[in-house]
Amino acid sequence: MIVLAPEHVPAFPPVPPSREAAGGSAFSRSGKWGDRLFHGAALSFSAGILLLTGGIGASLWRNSALSRHAFGWEFLIGRVWDPVAGQFGALPFLYGTLLTSALALLIAVPLGVGAAIFLSELAPRRISDVMSFLIELLAAVPSVIYGLLGIFVLVPLVRRFLEPVLGKTLGFLPLFSGPPYGVGFLSAGLILAIMVIPFIITVTREVMLSTPKLLREAAMALGATRWEVATTVALPFARSGIAGAIFLALARALGETMAVTMVIGNTPVVSASLFSPGYTMAAVLANEFTEASDPLYLHALVEIGLVLFGATLVVNALAQLLVWSVKNRGGRR
Amino acid sequence: MTLIAFDSGRYRRRKLFGRLAFASTALCAAGVLSALFFILGYLWVHGISSINWDFLTKLPKPVGETGGGMANALVGSAELLGLAGLFGLPTGVFAGIYLSEYGHNRFGTIVRYTTDILNGVPSIVIGIFAYTLFVLPMRRFTALAGGAALGAMMIPIAVRTTEEFMNLVPTSVREAAYALGIPRWKTVVFIVIPTALRGIVTGIMLDFARVAGETAPLLFTAFGNRYWSRGILEPTSSLPVMITHTPFPPMRTGTARPGRRAWFF
Repeated sequence: MIVLAPEHVPAFPPVPPSREAAGGSAFSRSGKWGDRLFHGAALSFSAGILLLTGGIGASLWRNSALSRHAFGWEFLIGRVWDPVAGQFGALPFLYGTLLTSALALLIAVPLGVGAAIFLSELAPRRISDVMSFLIELLAAVPSVIYGLLGIFVLVPLVRRFLEPVLGKTLGFLPLFSGPPYGVGFLSAGLILAIMVIPFIITVTREVMLSTPKLLREAAMALGATRWEVATTVALPFARSGIAGAIFLALARALGETMAVTMVIGNTPVVSASLFSPGYTMAAVLANEFTEASDPLYLHALVEIGLVLFGATLVVNALAQLLVWSVKNRGGRR
Repeated sequence: MTLIAFDSGRYRRRKLFGRLAFASTALCAAGVLSALFFILGYLWVHGISSINWDFLTKLPKPVGETGGGMANALVGSAELLGLAGLFGLPTGVFAGIYLSEYGHNRFGTIVRYTTDILNGVPSIVIGIFAYTLFVLPMRRFTALAGGAALGAMMIPIAVRTTEEFMNLVPTSVREAAYALGIPRWKTVVFIVIPTALRGIVTGIMLDFARVAGETAPLLFTAFGNRYWSRGILEPTSSLPVMITHTPFPPMRTGTARPGRRAWFF
């Protein structure tokens, strides 16, 4: 039986009062003007949000003009980042951002979805609820703290154990070659994975739990094992929700600044090795923005911000569409 | 018949496969959860031990000396959060009211979508925006710019929680008010909002908790300051930035925050 908790009953849009109710009574004068004023205020603040978001894009665009004119599209493929010589190419940062985010998702998605399957399908409901509450708590830990943990716990572990072992066993691949520094793409990817996993687990668990009981029971009645119910009924039902969660996690990984800055080593190189120190777009902004003395340097940095803004915009838009498509399937919980 | 079919080797194989697969998901869960709990425990243990009176009331010592506190950063963080609330909350709450009470049209959908987009903009990008808006024209780092950046980050969550909790107020309550001839704005301000107030306030507290930990947008707006800030037009220190800039005893300063956060929760 499906029991609807009160908060799951869909809220109906409020019915606007008819003209008689709002304006035709003895209160008409004050009510009408008050209504207009209130509506206007609420409307203008909403418009303010549109303005703000547009303003962010516009100001990034305007303040990167110098660099856009000087380098054009070359900016995105240039490998040299030399503020002294006035030579700016953003490829190392783009590469670092994409590589660390990809690495993070590669680690976080299988682990996160696996853990969510366990929490939603196998674990008793009460334990699963407590766990996911604690996991949500972790999502609220500020990123500087993750960065500190990265420096003091993760980087030494990676340098002493993970990288030597990987280098010995898989060292013939360019991916795992080179000296173990500790700081670098691998550590950044790991810390990002740790930061986005709570996200993936909580959303995936939620969507899988919202699978209608009827569907599960029908599959059971056809003789499916519990695992088959999980993979052939619940997972497909939750598919687009999970995809949305992954996109949101990706957006967070792309824009994550402090934790990555603290463990990636901050060296603008394009290297195939995961052990090599690198740099990301967000990290270079955090490190060099206050030092940018001449206008071209500043504009080049703002252009990196613009690229980052554009990337997260696209990823977020996709994520929202996916999440919305799930929500709009109706209040079937 | 069916019983025999279920006892067949094929079914047993399927069941076994399911068990193994579930065991592997359990391993995933165990791995992830133990890592996460290690983090929580680590922060808890190190955080509590480094909180003392000096830490809360003294200025940081010069580089190389031990001891000292981060009182200026505590005050600075409070100042920045106050400014952020001033910038972000009116916009967020009013927009939330709009979406819940008037926003069931195309404009409302656009606002909702934009809010979600704004929620996903990296904090450092918002920092750049505040930099171009305040720091460049004024030619100095100010608490004002930092507050504005944090305020912009607070808006999306304030909007969504306000809208959600106001939507939970039953339509019949509104209709009852209309039936008494109460104008719509009075219904919203005196009836709907008080009903939803607890939820909205909780959402706003969480919102504050979220931006309190933000570092990236403050690096080049409020910048940081080793001494007491002299007003909102001066560089101002804050806890997260302080953690980033403290060169050696960051363990002490850094991990005290989660303790404070835990209390907050």
